[in-house]
Amino acid sequence: MMKKIYFREWGLESRNYWMLLAVLAAVAGIGGLAALYMEHHGHWVTGMSNQIVWGTPHVFAIFLIVAASGALNVASIGSVFNKTIYKPLAPLSALLAIALLLGGLLVLVLDLGRPDRLIVAMTTYNFKSIFAWNIILYNGFFVIVGFYLWTVMDRKMKCYYKPAGVTAFIWRLVLTTGTGSIFGFLVARQGFDAAIMAPWFIVMSFGFGLAIYMLVLMDVFKRDQRPLGDAIMKKLKGLLAVFVAANLMFMVTFHLTNLYGTENHAFEAFILLNGGIYTAMFWIGQVLIGGLLPLAILFHPTLSLSRGWLTAAAVMVVVGGWMTIYVIVIGGQAFPMALFPSKTILESGFYDGVNGMASSYTPSVPEVLLGLGGVAVALVVTVIGIRMLKILPLSLADEVADPHAGI
Amino acid sequence: MKNTQDTNQKRRQFLQKGAAVTAIAVAPGVMLHTAAKAKPVGEAVTDAVRWGMLVDAAKCADGCDACVQACNEENGLNLLQKPHDAEDEMWDQQIPKWIRNVKVKDNLTGHVTSLPMMCQHCEHPPCVDVCPTTASFRRADGIVMVDRHLCIGCRYCMMACPYKARSFVHEVVEHKLTRTPRGKGCVESCNFCVHRLDNGQTTTACQDACAKDGHNAITFGDLNNPDSEVSKALKEQSSTQIRADLKLNTGVRYRGV
Ligand code: SF4
Ligand code: SF4
Repeated sequence: MMKKIYFREWGLESRNYWMLLAVLAAVAGIGGLAALYMEHHGHWVTGMSNQIVWGTPHVFAIFLIVAASGALNVASIGSVFNKTIYKPLAPLSALLAIALLLGGLLVLVLDLGRPDRLIVAMTTYNFKSIFAWNIILYNGFFVIVGFYLWTVMDRKMKCYYKPAGVTAFIWRLVLTTGTGSIFGFLVARQGFDAAIMAPWFIVMSFGFGLAIYMLVLMDVFKRDQRPLGDAIMKKLKGLLAVFVAANLMFMVTFHLTNLYGTENHAFEAFILLNGGIYTAMFWIGQVLIGGLLPLAILFHPTLSLSRGWLTAAAVMVVVGGWMTIYVIVIGGQAFPMALFPSKTILESGFYDGVNGMASSYTPSVPEVLLGLGGVAVALVVTVIGIRMLKILPLSLADEVADPHAGI
Repeated sequence: MKNTQDTNQKRRQFLQKGAAVTAIAVAPGVMLHTAAKAKPVGEAVTDAVRWGMLVDAAKCADGCDACVQACNEENGLNLLQKPHDAEDEMWDQQIPKWIRNVKVKDNLTGHVTSLPMMCQHCEHPPCVDVCPTTASFRRADGIVMVDRHLCIGCRYCMMACPYKARSFVHEVVEHKLTRTPRGKGCVESCNFCVHRLDNGQTTTACQDACAKDGHNAITFGDLNNPDSEVSKALKEQSSTQIRADLKLNTGVRYRGV
C-alpha cells in the first residue's frame, strides 16, 4: 500500500523566505525599469533594428513560453497516463507552468512597440493570424491549468481531476504547436520555413520544462529540508535524457532536411560553418551544452546519482535551450533573405545582405535585463505559490513516493 | 469575414474623412492638374481600381537616388532626427526607409542592374495574414498599409514580408507631417503616397522625381484600367515580379531584372 502523501506550504524560515523574495523581486523590478527605459526612448536604445526586428527579449519570452508548456508535462504524466509516482509532483508542475508562461508573456508584451495597446491585441483579432490564435491559447492556458490545479488540490473537485488534466494536456500541445508555427508561417525566411518547426518545439518544451522543474524541485526541497528520494529523481532523470536525445534528433532532422534542398545550402553553411557567433552558439550551445554534455551526465552510471551533477545537467539543458532559441530566432533573421535568387546584391540602402553578408546584432543591456526580469517574475510567482498554497508534498522519500520501493 | 468587412468599412470612412480634411487643407490648385480617372475626393475606395507600378530597371540610373529623396520628403522621413547618443551606423539600420536603391549582379552573366525596392503591394500580402490586430490591411484598391491606431508594434509583419519592405519607428517622433502620421513603436511602409491618391492625384512622389530627372523608370497607375499608362506598358513588354515563386501577385512589377 502506498503511504498517504501530505501537502504542506513551503516552510522556509520567514527571514530566508523574505530575503529570497526580495532578491527575486529586485531582479524583476530592474527588468521592469529596463522595459520602461526602452519604452520611453524607443527601441533605438536596443540592439534591434529594421533587419533584426526580434531581439533578446523574444529569445527569453519564447524560451519561457515553450518551457511553460513543458513544465506541465510532469503533471500530465500523472493525470493523463496514470503514473502514480508522478501524481504528487502535479501541483508544482501546474504552478510552474502558469508562472513561466506569465514571465514569458510579460517579456513579450513589454517588448512591443506599443505595450499600452495590449487591450487592442486582446479585443481586435485577425483570425488568420497565428499570433492572434496564440493570444487566445495563452489566455486559455491560464484558465485551464488554473482549474486543473484546483482539481488537484481540492478534494471536492476530485471528479473533475481527470477531464481537467486531459484538457490541460491537449491544450498545452496545441499551445506549443502554435508557438512553433509562428516561425513556420514565415515563408520567405529560410531559417524558419519548415513544417518540422512545430513538433520540434513540442520536443524542446518537454526538455526545457522538465529541466526547470527538476531544478526548482531539488532547490525548494533542499531549502525546506524535505526528503527527496532517489526513486523520483531517477524517473525524472530518465525522462530528461529521453527528451534531450529527442531534441537532438529533431535538430539533426531539421538540418538534414535543409541540406537535402539545394536552395537551403547557404543557410545551412551559415549555421553550421561560417555564421560566426551563430555557428559557435550552434555547436557549443545547442549541440554540446544543450545536448551531448547533459546526455553524458544523465547516462553516466555514477555521476547521474549525484544531485550536484544532476543539477549541472539540468542547468546545461536550460542554458543550451536558451542558446537554441537564440540561434533559431536571431540567427534566422541575421541570415539574409533571398530577395533575388541567383543574383548577388552589390549595394543596398537597406542592408539587404550585400554580398551575402549577414545582419549584425548585439544584445543591449536593457534587453537582457528585461529577459531576466521575466525569469524572476516566474520565480516570484512560484515562490509565493508554494508558500501560500499546499503545493509541495511533505516528503518524497522513496518509501513515500515510490509504491514499488524496494523492488 | 463580416468582421473584416466592417473594419474595412470603418477604415474607409476614416480615410475618407482624413482625405477630406487634407483636401480642404491643401491648396485647391493641387486638384486642378489631376487626371480624369482620379477618384473623386470623399468617394469610397473600391476594387474598381488596383493601383500598381512598373519599374524599368534598364532606365534606373546607377547612383541616382531621386526617388528615395522624394519619398523621404513626401512622407516626412527626413524629419526624423538622430537621437543624440545614437551611433551613426546603428541609427542608419534603425531609421525607417520606405524605398531603397538596390544594385544586383546576375551570378551567371555578371549583368548589373540598379532598381528601387519598396512595398510590393501584394494581392496576397503575408504581412496582412500574420498581423494579430488587423492593423496591417489591404485596401480594396490594392494598397497595403498599416492602421497606426491598431498597430501594437509586434513586428510580426516585418518578419513575414518577403521583401523586407517594412520599418519600425525606433524613436520618439518630434516632427511629422499631417499627411503622414507617425509614432514611436509602430510599423510602417510605402503606401503608394495614399494621401495623394485619396486627394485625387494619380502619381507617386518617387515616380514624379524619377521623371523630373529625365529617367522615367517608374510608371504608376491603375492596373484594372486597360488604358492606363502602366497597363499599356505592362501589356507591351514582358515584366517580372520579384520572388514570383511566392505567388503573391505583387502590385509592383519590374522590367529588366
Ligand atoms: S511587400 Fe511586404 S509589406 Fe508590402 S504588401 Fe507585400 S508583404 Fe506586405
Ligand atoms: S507590427 Fe503592427 S502592423 Fe505589423 S503585425 Fe504587428 S500589429 Fe500588425
